[in-house]
Amino acid sequence: MTTLLQLFSVAAISAGAFFFFAGTVGLLRFPDSLTRLHALTKADNLGLGLVVLGLLPRAENTLSALKLLVIWALVLLSGASTAQLIGRALRRGRK
Amino acid sequence: MNELLLAAAGLIVLTVAIGLARILRGPTDVERLMAVQLLGTGGIAALLLIAYATNVPGVEDVALGLALLAPFATIAFINLLDADQGDAEV
Amino acid sequence: MSVLPVLDVVLASLVIGVALFTITARDLFASVVGYVAYGLLLAFVWIRLYAPDVALTEAAVGSGVTGVLLITAGKRLGALKNAAPEMRPGLSLKILTGALAALVAGALGTAILMLPDPPPSLAPEAAAAASGAGAGLENPITAVLMSYRSFDTMLEKIVLILAVVGVWSVGADKAWGRAPAPLRQSRPYAPMVLLARTLAPVGVLIGIHIFWTGADAPGGAFQGGALLAAMWMVTMMARLAGPPRIDAQWLRMAMVAGPAVFLVTGLAGGVLAGSFFAYPPGIAKPIILAIEAFMVLSIATALPMLVVGPPSERPDQ
Repeated sequence: MTTLLQLFSVAAISAGAFFFFAGTVGLLRFPDSLTRLHALTKADNLGLGLVVLGLLPRAENTLSALKLLVIWALVLLSGASTAQLIGRALRRGRK
Repeated sequence: MNELLLAAAGLIVLTVAIGLARILRGPTDVERLMAVQLLGTGGIAALLLIAYATNVPGVEDVALGLALLAPFATIAFINLLDADQGDAEV
Repeated sequence: MSVLPVLDVVLASLVIGVALFTITARDLFASVVGYVAYGLLLAFVWIRLYAPDVALTEAAVGSGVTGVLLITAGKRLGALKNAAPEMRPGLSLKILTGALAALVAGALGTAILMLPDPPPSLAPEAAAAASGAGAGLENPITAVLMSYRSFDTMLEKIVLILAVVGVWSVGADKAWGRAPAPLRQSRPYAPMVLLARTLAPVGVLIGIHIFWTGADAPGGAFQGGALLAAMWMVTMMARLAGPPRIDAQWLRMAMVAGPAVFLVTGLAGGVLAGSFFAYPPGIAKPIILAIEAFMVLSIATALPMLVVGPPSERPDQ
């Protein structure tokens, strides 16, 4: 693995970890349920996405790389749908 | 390189674990649900990092399973909220 | 890695902290959310102990399916939320239960702390016996489950069926044979339906993959079956499908298929391979995979039946 790819990998994974940190800070410090939901979904999409992007150069074969992408796609799908579900619950005043 | 991956995994787990404080504090139940969601996604990321750092076989599949089970549990919780406080039945 | 012990301590204290929250939470939702978080953290602990098979089972069954089971049961018991004060457990009962739980925990802790060093273990024998039986499986856990201790595994699946029968028998007499109440009473909601429609087929594929790969890598019939069960429950929870009638032939045959095939193969082993539950050398792996396939079917039908509960007098209610 070339140095450039290694550097890219480290950068992407660090950025992913930062987004998880940002998501947690948002979840703990934002004033309102809907804003906290916003922070949560950023951790889902960007946090995991950047981590997967950083791990892609390290995949041994196409199948492993595809598996990483499938995991990210699943989390994107379920994250988006559950954000809708939670948002609707909040809008209707469910506690 | 592997130590970096492991460090990142540990960092992510610690971070989302701090988010678990929302389970304690969350004024409403929906916030508690959000904290567990974050724990799940952070867990998937950490598991992937651990899989690529330590080459223990099968850890990737655990992440795959978690990616399926997180929405499964969330749908059940939303259904409970809808049933308790929700629309009229159809 | 000197940071690893710190991580372990943090993980262990988190597990205890979340468990305490689960016990002391005020209402059903909060405690089940805590329970699901507790199951997830335990799965991380298993990963840390180099046991991915157990981690997957913990996440799937311990955290996922059991969490949904608690939610569904709690929802059905919601009518009893305002139970009369005489029906609530009294102080002496609470103290007795707490003392009993503490006794069991203390006994377990003492037993573990008093283990000789190194602790006695059946693992080397089991691994040797499993590979020696010509099972040909790379994953030692599956080899032990399906070859060294195959009788236990079959009995476990029979226990699962007994549990389902127990759950069914809780329903009213008049309701016998009908379908259990749906998992979602409210109107279907479009994003939930979309999620179920796209997640379920992918999940079925992944469940089959994890079952198949369990012969040589972490995974296996139970984990795969639990994931398939979760996917069926997702479609039921989104109101894409309703719980089946409990007198449906296909349901009963599917649930019994696993242990039945296992039993027949085991008895046949007595004739063809020299002793009960032995496999003819050379074709052990295909036979094991075939048995596991039927077990996946049984688990995938039995677990959702445990969650949807007993038959209901008014199936649409």
